[in-house]
Amino acid sequence: MSSSGDPDVLVIGGGNAALCAALMAREAGASVLILESAPRAWRGGNSMHVRNLRCMHDAPQDVLVEAYPEEEFWQDLLKVTGGLTNEGLARLVIRHSSRCRPWMRRHGVHFQPPLSGALHVARTNAFFMGGGKALVNAYYRSARNLGVRIRYETPVKSLEIADGRFKAAITEAGERITAKSCVLACGGFESNLEWQREAWGQNERGEWPAENFLIRGTRYNQGVLLKFMIDAGADTIGDPTQAHCVAIDARAPLYDGGICTRIDCVSLGVVVNRDGQRFYDEGEDFWPKRYAIWGRLVAQQPGQTAWSIIDRKAVGRFMPPVFEGTRAGTLEDLAQKIGLDPVPFMDTMRAYNTACRVGTFDHTTLDDCHTEELSPAKTHWALPIDAPPFYAYPLRPGITFTYLGMRTDRTAAVHFGGAPSVNLFAAGEMMAGNVLGKGYTAGVGMSIGTAFGRIAGVNAAQSAGFAHPEFKEEFAYAAAL
Amino acid sequence: MPPRSDQAVIETPPACGDALGLAAMLTASEQDVARMMQICNACRYCEGFCAVFPAMTRRLEFGKADVHYLANLCHNCGACLHACQYAPPHEFAVNVPQAMAKVRVQTYQDYAWPRAMGQLYRRAGLSVALALAGGLSLFMVLAVAMSGRLIHQPLAGNFYAIFPHNFLAVVFSSVFLFAILALCIGVTRFWREVSPTRDVVSEDRFAIAAARLPATAEAVSDVATLRYLGGGHGEGCNEEDDGFTLLRRYFHQFTLYGFLLCFAATSVATLYHYLFGWEAPYPWISLPVILGSLGGAGLLLGPAGLLWLNLRRDPQHGDSAQHGMDRGFIALLFLISATGFALLVLRDTRFMALWLAIHLGTVMALFLTMPYGKFAHGVFRSAALLKYTIEKRLPNRLASGGE
Repeated sequence: MSSSGDPDVLVIGGGNAALCAALMAREAGASVLILESAPRAWRGGNSMHVRNLRCMHDAPQDVLVEAYPEEEFWQDLLKVTGGLTNEGLARLVIRHSSRCRPWMRRHGVHFQPPLSGALHVARTNAFFMGGGKALVNAYYRSARNLGVRIRYETPVKSLEIADGRFKAAITEAGERITAKSCVLACGGFESNLEWQREAWGQNERGEWPAENFLIRGTRYNQGVLLKFMIDAGADTIGDPTQAHCVAIDARAPLYDGGICTRIDCVSLGVVVNRDGQRFYDEGEDFWPKRYAIWGRLVAQQPGQTAWSIIDRKAVGRFMPPVFEGTRAGTLEDLAQKIGLDPVPFMDTMRAYNTACRVGTFDHTTLDDCHTEELSPAKTHWALPIDAPPFYAYPLRPGITFTYLGMRTDRTAAVHFGGAPSVNLFAAGEMMAGNVLGKGYTAGVGMSIGTAFGRIAGVNAAQSAGFAHPEFKEEFAYAAAL
Repeated sequence: MPPRSDQAVIETPPACGDALGLAAMLTASEQDVARMMQICNACRYCEGFCAVFPAMTRRLEFGKADVHYLANLCHNCGACLHACQYAPPHEFAVNVPQAMAKVRVQTYQDYAWPRAMGQLYRRAGLSVALALAGGLSLFMVLAVAMSGRLIHQPLAGNFYAIFPHNFLAVVFSSVFLFAILALCIGVTRFWREVSPTRDVVSEDRFAIAAARLPATAEAVSDVATLRYLGGGHGEGCNEEDDGFTLLRRYFHQFTLYGFLLCFAATSVATLYHYLFGWEAPYPWISLPVILGSLGGAGLLLGPAGLLWLNLRRDPQHGDSAQHGMDRGFIALLFLISATGFALLVLRDTRFMALWLAIHLGTVMALFLTMPYGKFAHGVFRSAALLKYTIEKRLPNRLASGGE
């Protein structure tokens, strides 16, 4: 390919799935051009915030301990999605995750044992050394070394599609770029606040809940092409209000707060809303299994906000938060300082404290410290909040990524009216909703992005006349049912 | 509810705990490290790169001593900067290597002995190093010239015809020993500050005693292999971009072992002189000359390579205000070796006295600047590594998110 000519394979997007697609297509021999909407410093989309890959394995595998068989992974996925998943595609992702890491390593990704504070996923998740930005950097280096062309700050506004066939991409600047095939991997619409507002609508209090959401990741996932594809008649999947949504520190920046803005002390104290009321069992299960439901819980509260309240006993027992908590010597003072009416707040705290039945506190098990005759109950780790100083951390819903996407099959092809396109493919967040109808389990976004990124890349190359020399066997294993 | 976008920037260093009154005690550079460590401690993605992040996870707050300890553990490899989702242009503006570098020079100043001499770090630079080396060499050259022996009949390498042996021994060993003493006093004070015995839990005392030997062995190995210039994965550190290279580790090893070999050469020659009465010059095939030549080769290649890397390094790495100190030290090491080789080659000619004077002037410049220049980094970093290898063998009293 000449340095300026149109490529065989055009990859739109610059995160993990896009890079996997570009690398595979290039390995197959196709000339590849990546169009990344962000400037170089912000490249990689949400992948710069990720930290691990959920991996199936039948025996210990370098950084992964014990075993995490296909069936267990599948059951975990079934549980979190409540059945809103496609078993064939999910199993494809699961099986692919068991064999893809040597390829990732070849392109410069380093794995490491789990981070301190994340030992609960030592068995199921392989951590990237340095996190997702290190992975993104490695893939970009490898892509550059293989001769993939990369253009930053090149957002695409529309595609030319005829009879389900990709013809060309039109950039925001009006440039027309043709290619033999195309991979769409440019994310969900989570960063598009207007779209979020519209999707979540108005609640019974007359609020527009999404106005109070924070976006945990990139500001560049505006969903421009997702919207274009929906309007162009591509088959879709998922509900626009479904997303990976966690409760994060309300003081986080609007975009790119990433991992450090989470609040991990919920299960060690109580959570109250703006009216000073508790609204859910803080001790229902281990926090890593519950953090992903608290975003929606907070979204349902007035003002889409809440406060996690702890006392001195909890300090040092949870991942240290990035923002200092509001601190006070008495609970009344704490209420004043965070702007809550102390009367209902103190009623809630007194009711909770007297309801605590303290047994043997153990944060590493589902212990026997619980409340009695309290609604909602706190079923584990219920200790009275009585040891000053007291701390409050403000919470808001934090959206990681949205699940509305394009329906696809094992080939990653975009479908129109049930028929697959021969040369247009989708990967990453744009189609993750096929596997994740709702809910989330750590690291599965990367499992989906890597699997379908690679498949999309191979099939886009295939469609342009280039066969990948090695992937056939790996894919056959992953796709066998 | 205040508008959230206004709160995006963490303006005060939250980790410093205003209530504890610590913020007032921290300098701007220290506050910056404390602020970043609070962000890093909530993220921890970089834990696999080096010792800084595992050491950080054992802490919830970052006071002055913690900041200086962590800063000196940092090898400025750059891995965590390129991997950082919070690095500039992110509003959190996390740049750990740079923040750590700024604190390190403060460590050297604060713990300098005598204390007033710490000011010299601010002046440590390429021009000072070269001026000092040049000035001392010129002084030596003039001293020899005044006695009329600068250009002389070949003396078969008899240095002592120019400068009497006892004169050299007394002057150089006293300056060198002073440099060592000053560094030892400085690093001892640093050690007491970062490892306060008053805070040690009594059951830890046994653990510390048991850890001492294996911890020392590990620290020595970490220094000897420059483990933390390996990037955690062994592919090296970052230089001009996010790619990894082992060049800095190799060039640094050439420099370190070159220096040690030169020191060994001098020590062997001293033993020869006093123990066996064998006086210099030593033949080309002799232990002092072989050790010195190997060491000298390391001190040519190593510093030249380090300077080349230093000039190409991403400006975001480290503290650009310290380039002068870095390059001054690199230049002195290179010049010592270069003038040493010149002396070795020309020792049988009429120019021996000239080159001897230049070489000795350069060596003296290094000795004089040793306790107040870049040399100190090796001493303080070794101490920090030892503290780390001990600390990691003690039970962690935090149970943050370990379920």
